[in-house]
Amino acid sequence: MANSIKIRAKLKGDTTQVKCLMTHPMETGLRKDSKTGKMIPAHFISEVMATSGGKTIMTAYWSGGISKNPYLSFDFKGAAKGDEVTIAWKDNQGGSDSETAKIS
Amino acid sequence: MTMNTKRRVFLKGSLAAGTVGVAVGAGLLTPQAVIAAWDEKAFAAKSVDEALNAAMGMASNTASDAIKIKAPDIAENGAVVPVSVSTDMAGVESIALLAEGNATPLVATFELGEGAVPDVSTRIKMGKTADVIAVVKAGGKLHSARKSVKVTIGGCGG
Amino acid sequence: MKFKFLALAAIYALSASVVMADKKATDTTPAEDLKVYRDYFQKRFPGIPLDEYANGAYALDAVARDNWLAIEEFPPYEPMIEAGEALWNTSFANGKNFASCFSGDPAQRQNFPYWDAKRKMVVTMELAINECLESNGEKPMGYNKGKIADLAAYMAYQSRGQKTNVEIPDDADAMKAYNAGKSYYFTRRGQLNFSCAHCHMESAGQHIRSELLSPALGHTTGWPVYRAKWGELGTLHRRFGGCNEQVRAKKLKPQSEEYRDLEFFLTHMSNGIEYNGPSARK
Repeated sequence: MANSIKIRAKLKGDTTQVKCLMTHPMETGLRKDSKTGKMIPAHFISEVMATSGGKTIMTAYWSGGISKNPYLSFDFKGAAKGDEVTIAWKDNQGGSDSETAKIS
Repeated sequence: MTMNTKRRVFLKGSLAAGTVGVAVGAGLLTPQAVIAAWDEKAFAAKSVDEALNAAMGMASNTASDAIKIKAPDIAENGAVVPVSVSTDMAGVESIALLAEGNATPLVATFELGEGAVPDVSTRIKMGKTADVIAVVKAGGKLHSARKSVKVTIGGCGG
Repeated sequence: MKFKFLALAAIYALSASVVMADKKATDTTPAEDLKVYRDYFQKRFPGIPLDEYANGAYALDAVARDNWLAIEEFPPYEPMIEAGEALWNTSFANGKNFASCFSGDPAQRQNFPYWDAKRKMVVTMELAINECLESNGEKPMGYNKGKIADLAAYMAYQSRGQKTNVEIPDDADAMKAYNAGKSYYFTRRGQLNFSCAHCHMESAGQHIRSELLSPALGHTTGWPVYRAKWGELGTLHRRFGGCNEQVRAKKLKPQSEEYRDLEFFLTHMSNGIEYNGPSARK
């Protein structure tokens, strides 16, 4: 699942604005497959961790109530242009991915 | 070539800019950490209070004007409802986002670390017209705000 | 086929000039059609600039527009543009690639659809993509979604800002294809007995239950589209099929002659409006 995360990180004044988009089905486990009639098993990102400069900026815990191909944006202070931000996710089926971007 | 960028928030040049490749991820999150932190009881809860008790350690909260929820009055599509929560309160530890009408109302919790500004946006699913509730934990207490979002069910899609 | 009472009759009936209600498809030139079509919308929705029609229903409804702008903040189709770029750069088994078929330039949107005088048919961008694959000994892609939509998204993205400018050559066969597309657009079909124009001209801006009907003008500019309903990208012809099914008519095959002719007519009707694909819709 390489490249499942896209990140844009921009410094505005003293605040870094991070926007990211993850590619993931975000299945709640409550939906039926229209073709087979069987329930589609729950498959969703349960945890997203954002780090920069060795510090954890934010940890998000999610349910399948987050939309398919999830979007997340957040702000933080204390970083400079050129610093890196890393976003990493884990899903409920043991999948994971991470991506790093430079702050512009 | 003049680009039609007036209505497009992102520009051609920004595509993939700044991405420096896959890194470190494997070491950041161990499976144990996920299991320990992702609270099944909170996310499986059928009521707002039950979810808050599990996720935030308490349910009692006071309404606060200092919390701003940005969400559409009418959701175009209940499967993708853009929601932003921000507050100028000091000492925010975490934010919970709930959709009151959903079978399991708790959608997300955000634990703020060092330097994080309490201002998060995401897109959520809403099963029906209901309030979106944001609960902010600051100074060991819960503060909340709510906004009604009308969800229409359609199948035609303009 | 009966052309009487079809074609631009619907427009004329609704616009000021009611007298022309029994025009045949072949009675007016493409240039005349374009003027009537555009005037109809501009009269109906005064104050909306022509280019805004590229945004469909979001040109008309402020609440829906807010939803949409929040989605466009980081649009769900962005990873697909990248996937399309990778496809563009992938070599075929013979060492060539898509650039070999498209003069090395992915910004091709404004060149399609066009009338191929030799083959006497309308050629769409998706058709040209598959013909490129086949002429290089590669397997063609499915026309509705997936890889072809990714590649079209990359090509459309590179073409943003180009203006729609479909020329209908003054040639009997080309006119026949154009008129076939026009007739398709104004012909009632399906159990609901609706034409394309019933929803997207006559009722544009109104609601069908909870759905705001988008104006036909500008309908061809933003493809491929990521529809939240699909949860993925789809092509214009996939949407044609969906529209047919919504009026409970049988959908046709993507890239069938009927749909290519329809695209020819419909894209001509958006002449002058900028291409802005890929785009996001509900």
